[in-house]
Amino acid sequence: MSPILVGVKRVIDFSVRVRVKPDGSGVMTDGVKMSINPFDEIALEEALRLKERNLAGEVIAIGIGPGEAQQQLRTALAMGADRAVLVQVDSPVEPLTAAQVFLKLVQKHQPQLVILGKQAIDDDNGQTGQMLAALWDRPQATFASKVEIDGERAQVTREVDAGLETISIDLPAVVTTDLRLNEPRYIKLPDIMKAKKKPLDVIKLSDLGVTPPAQSIRTLKFEPPAARSRGVMVKDAAELVAALKQRGVL
Amino acid sequence: MSSVLIVAEHFQGKLNPSSAKCVTCAKSIAGAEIDIVVLAVDAAAVAKEAAALAGVRRVLTLERPENAEALAAVWAPQIAELARNYSHVFGPSTTFGKDLLPRVAALLGVGQISDVMAVESAQRFRRPVYAANAVITVEAPAGNIVVATVRTASYQPAAGGGTASIERAQVNATLPTHTRFVSRSAANADRPDLQTATRVVSGGRALASAENFKLLYGLADALGAAVGASRAAVDAGYAANDLQVGQTGKIIAPELYVALGISGAIQHLTGIKDARTIVAVNKDSEAPIFEVADIGLVGDLFQIVPELERLIRARGG
Ligand SMILES: Cc1cc2nc3c(=O)[nH]c(=O)nc-3n(C[C@H](O)[C@H](O)[C@H](O)COP(=O)(O)OP(=O)(O)OC[C@H]3O[C@@H](n4cnc5c(N)ncnc54)[C@H](O)[C@@H]3O)c2cc1C
Ligand SMILES: Nc1ncnc2c1ncn2[C@@H]1O[C@H](COP(=O)(O)O)[C@@H](O)[C@H]1O
Repeated sequence: MSPILVGVKRVIDFSVRVRVKPDGSGVMTDGVKMSINPFDEIALEEALRLKERNLAGEVIAIGIGPGEAQQQLRTALAMGADRAVLVQVDSPVEPLTAAQVFLKLVQKHQPQLVILGKQAIDDDNGQTGQMLAALWDRPQATFASKVEIDGERAQVTREVDAGLETISIDLPAVVTTDLRLNEPRYIKLPDIMKAKKKPLDVIKLSDLGVTPPAQSIRTLKFEPPAARSRGVMVKDAAELVAALKQRGVL
Repeated sequence: MSSVLIVAEHFQGKLNPSSAKCVTCAKSIAGAEIDIVVLAVDAAAVAKEAAALAGVRRVLTLERPENAEALAAVWAPQIAELARNYSHVFGPSTTFGKDLLPRVAALLGVGQISDVMAVESAQRFRRPVYAANAVITVEAPAGNIVVATVRTASYQPAAGGGTASIERAQVNATLPTHTRFVSRSAANADRPDLQTATRVVSGGRALASAENFKLLYGLADALGAAVGASRAAVDAGYAANDLQVGQTGKIIAPELYVALGISGAIQHLTGIKDARTIVAVNKDSEAPIFEVADIGLVGDLFQIVPELERLIRARGG
């Protein structure tokens, strides 16, 4: 059975209050907790469930990032991924380059499904899955809250602004996960031990024949957002209505 | 000279207000010529609405049976073809635009700028990252087509009164058949739209059941407000998914936002930063929502909400 590729991006944990460095060159990362992008945990969980129901072969976790991203890939292996590939890069790659990396790995592994997160919670780009689908010339089902595989096809329910939309796609295809797709499993201690023996290959962009574009979108500076200030406290509903009236809202 | 192609978002023959917001964003590029493209089976009604937006030069229509539903795989090749005549392609950062525009960008071989909140020049833009805990300034390489989604909460819709021409466009694109629309379901179709409402009443985990969540609807009705929810309330099944406000839900900018039993996690606050007035009701005086609330009330929402509704109805809304 063909494998499933899953994106596993190392990001600052969602619970961290991210702060901009005083010189505007980036955000503070020293001693900050790093985790798997939450949407990628959901992607991995979905892949594992499909495998457990005999609807897919191997689950391969793929990370593009610094050497430390091996930690997140080990966590993915402990969750149940069969093997992992880290494409090690010195500086972060943009979504188009990430999509090119995934395309090369797609050509190598011939998966029936690539499951990525709908967005990485650091750059908040939300592009990689759609870009991969374009480069691969295959269907995309973004913001998935339900995936049903039926032979050569899948039926995917998507969380859209107006509610839910269901589409039918031919496989292979790209799916990106939304929050309601599943609840990722917890890792048990023996799984961590087992994960140490699973293969984790570290390769370079050049091993895949991918070169980041000479011309790409550049980040010039980081700034803290405009702050909202604390307002007034009121005692009861009547005071609240009066305060709203005073602000001209009612 | 900049020329911006805006991809119209529409449904059932009506233009989504997000398109008019994209026009406002495009107008902040000095001297830009702005066109809107409408993909549909029959584009007439939507094209007419788009042509009336002030500042639009031309409305292009791409009418074919395959364009009945906004399937990114079907629409993207057509837009990419058309885009080659433009310096910029914009769409809204709604689920429609987020699904479609990256596919267009990749077909054009360029990166995409997501969630533009300010235009500094034809090449330079500001956008939020890390759940809007930081704002970055980015620069697209000169000579590349700039593909971007526009953060709708940052812009007012363009005014009416425009008189753009409407033209039929032709593109040479082979369309895939690997993606098919099946169905759509809308849970809140009969209520004010969360993304465009001027008032929003939102509930969190504190509501504790779908039954209790209905308490909000009374207050929302009294205010003529749309209803929203935190992720926790959606995950627990108290509210539908399309009501989620926040980093990974809807980013909104109403005149009034009322947060009931919502703690104020960073991911939630990202969605309401641009609200004019934020009201918070929470029984925990330490809840982070109070750090951003303009008016805060510490107390039990189950007592306060009915009282509020009564007072507001007594005033007539
Ligand atoms: C990847 C990711 C994406 C996310 N995206 C979003 C998003 O887009 N939007 C979002 O909202 N969240 C999002 N979250 C979740 C977010 O981190 C919080 O978990 C969530 O917002 C909490 O919801 P809540 O405030 O309803 O629940 P809680 O944090 O549990 O807060 C409930 C509050 O209700 C108060 N309360 C309890 N009883 C009463 C009462 N009777 N009267 C008054 N007050 C009462 C409590 O004091 C408490 O402050 C995301 C998380 C992750 C990891
Ligand atoms: N550097 C990366 N490493 C692994 N997966 C990635 C990387 N960048 C993007 N992805 C995948 O693409 C999704 C969307 O990312 P983005 O387009 O950056 O918001 C993520 O949730 C991952 O699944």
